[in-house]
Amino acid sequence: MEEKFDAAIVGAGPAGISAACILADRGVKVIVLERGEYPGSKNMFGGVLYGRCLGRIIPDYAQKNCPIERNIVESRISYLSEQGSISFAYRDHAFFEELQNNAFTVGRAKFDRWFADQARAKGALVVCSTVVTDLLRDEAGRVIGVKTDRADGDLRAKVVLLADGVNSPLAARSGFRPEVRPGKVALAVKELIALPEEVIDERFGVSAGNGVTNEILGNVTAGMNGVAFIYTNRRSVSIGIGANLSDFARQRVRPYEMIERLKLHPAISPLIKDGKPTEYIAHWLPEGGFETVPKLFGDGFLIAGDSAMLFNALHREGSNLAMASGRLAAATILDAMEKGDFSSRTLQAYGARLEESFVLKDLKKYRRFPSFLETHKELFTTLPDGVSAALRTILTVDETPKKTSQRAAWQAMRSRTAPLRLLHLIWDAWRSIR
Amino acid sequence: MHFVVCIKQVPDTAEVKIDPETNTLVRAGVESMANPYDITAMEEALRLKEKYGARVTAISMGPPQADSVLRQALSMGADDAVLLSDRAFAGADTLATSYTLSKAIETLGNVEPVDLVLCGKQAVDGDTAQTGPGIATRLGFTQFTYVIEVERIDPDKRRLQVRRKVEGGFEVISGALPALLSVELELAAPRRASLPMLIDSLRTPVKTWDAKAIGASSALVGIKGSPTWVKAIASPQVHRAGPRWDAAEGVSAAVSAALDALFSDEEFAAGFVKGWKA
Repeated sequence: MEEKFDAAIVGAGPAGISAACILADRGVKVIVLERGEYPGSKNMFGGVLYGRCLGRIIPDYAQKNCPIERNIVESRISYLSEQGSISFAYRDHAFFEELQNNAFTVGRAKFDRWFADQARAKGALVVCSTVVTDLLRDEAGRVIGVKTDRADGDLRAKVVLLADGVNSPLAARSGFRPEVRPGKVALAVKELIALPEEVIDERFGVSAGNGVTNEILGNVTAGMNGVAFIYTNRRSVSIGIGANLSDFARQRVRPYEMIERLKLHPAISPLIKDGKPTEYIAHWLPEGGFETVPKLFGDGFLIAGDSAMLFNALHREGSNLAMASGRLAAATILDAMEKGDFSSRTLQAYGARLEESFVLKDLKKYRRFPSFLETHKELFTTLPDGVSAALRTILTVDETPKKTSQRAAWQAMRSRTAPLRLLHLIWDAWRSIR
Repeated sequence: MHFVVCIKQVPDTAEVKIDPETNTLVRAGVESMANPYDITAMEEALRLKEKYGARVTAISMGPPQADSVLRQALSMGADDAVLLSDRAFAGADTLATSYTLSKAIETLGNVEPVDLVLCGKQAVDGDTAQTGPGIATRLGFTQFTYVIEVERIDPDKRRLQVRRKVEGGFEVISGALPALLSVELELAAPRRASLPMLIDSLRTPVKTWDAKAIGASSALVGIKGSPTWVKAIASPQVHRAGPRWDAAEGVSAAVSAALDALFSDEEFAAGFVKGWKA
């Protein structure tokens, strides 16, 4: 007789495994299907996870040898011009102790595997190297399982959770999510640069086990709507840069050239000097925001994580929203198990749960942010050099009277970005994140 | 018939690191996989099973995590799998390993006589190609190395005929069963497990045998039974490291500097022009 599972989860990333952990813990017969050779082999992210969100799923994650690279004690934002860099950094003693692991870096290849092992230990079945190619539906169009690329590959389940990431071939085929448009995703590339642990400690001014995140904006993205970052791991730093995919197409910039240029910037190159690049990866980020979130449930299925475009670009929360949405999907599936009803009537509670949580509240709050960046390209073109030139003028000590140099600074600024445009920019920025 | 396939878990990396203190491979933190030659052996065992009928048992020696290679064998269609795992087995060279595996095959044979042992030609980490022949010698089995095709098995006459790779060609030889084959990659492309078999393999508990279970002498297994002594290990010197051009000023600047340097050699330039005209 053909075996039937309670829940089939597509994708062993943070969303899928979060759901699998919770479901398996409650005795639900759950199978996770992962296309990579092992969980974590097919994905990418900058590297920051949040302890609170993980703790909701594995409360004793630190004791269970969660492969944490560094506890983040300092967050930096840098705004780079051609030669200059304006930075803002916040470090607090609280992040060393009572807020320890508020945020921490992990390598997804290691973390996802560890996370999947937690789900396995709870009784979930995690099957790798298996691609889900389509959904199985009954005559009424209800989802009743998945089709895979293996022989005898049809698998029946009472409910299917789609957590297969932003670049989902299944999305296009099954029609549960419109295919992503280039303007709604970013293409990001990342390198892992190996450095001795003590060198990283010294360059970033941290003690062993602690680390720094650095978000980087400015004209490093060659005028494209995008952002770069440097995060510290234990024995490597992650350096990455991403920009809107249609900007890439329009400007014909090659991502690897962009990351090379970033690495040569005078503010960045000392941080990675003599490091050995050990990995290079590229991936899409679903940064279209609230407007691109598809219908999150239907008869017999739910969608979570990047597949559902749940991604907060401004607060670098992708995995965090994936874990939270996976957890809320699992809670909904548990209710459905109890009722014995897997139609959208019961599964719609997932939508409500997301609306009540920070997941959709945050995305709603920032729903104008993606279009703000799209329509204010001076952030990535003229503004960085304007600000930089102004500061350079003010900080150059050459016996020029201050009044003259300050006027010159303002002139340097307004010659690049008109005052009215600047005012608009500040107003629109505030409105987009209000 | 009863076939036994020996599978080794190896590091899945092109960048094998050596511990400078012990001169052994560093395995910590390295992805692992089944040795591809051994998976070829597994595939051939399954094809022979389909043709002649047999029971296929997969065995591996390694730490508890090595059960993943046996699960792979189960997902492909092995009937049974045994992991040989014991702290005493650690640090084994090919002599101790072939002893341990041969004791396990004897133990399996006590329940159901073994007709054929299949091994990969060599493991991709150590590259010695000694373990298979070592097992055959200890068991007194006919030994066929570098096998590229199993032409036929005659179960009644207890004969086997194979094609093996030799320098400059191949050789067709036959011999008596029981036998051991060490196989080349071109023998058989491994199959992809069906979904139900894959799911089953993840649920099947893998049997683990220690030294006692296979009646192995503690003096002959692991590091104690390994007379191999690595005196030194070194990377080969890379000679003739050519000049380099830094691309900090842009790729095209570096390329034209490189071309200028190349063409400043008159002999090269003359040769190039000649070649171009030809």
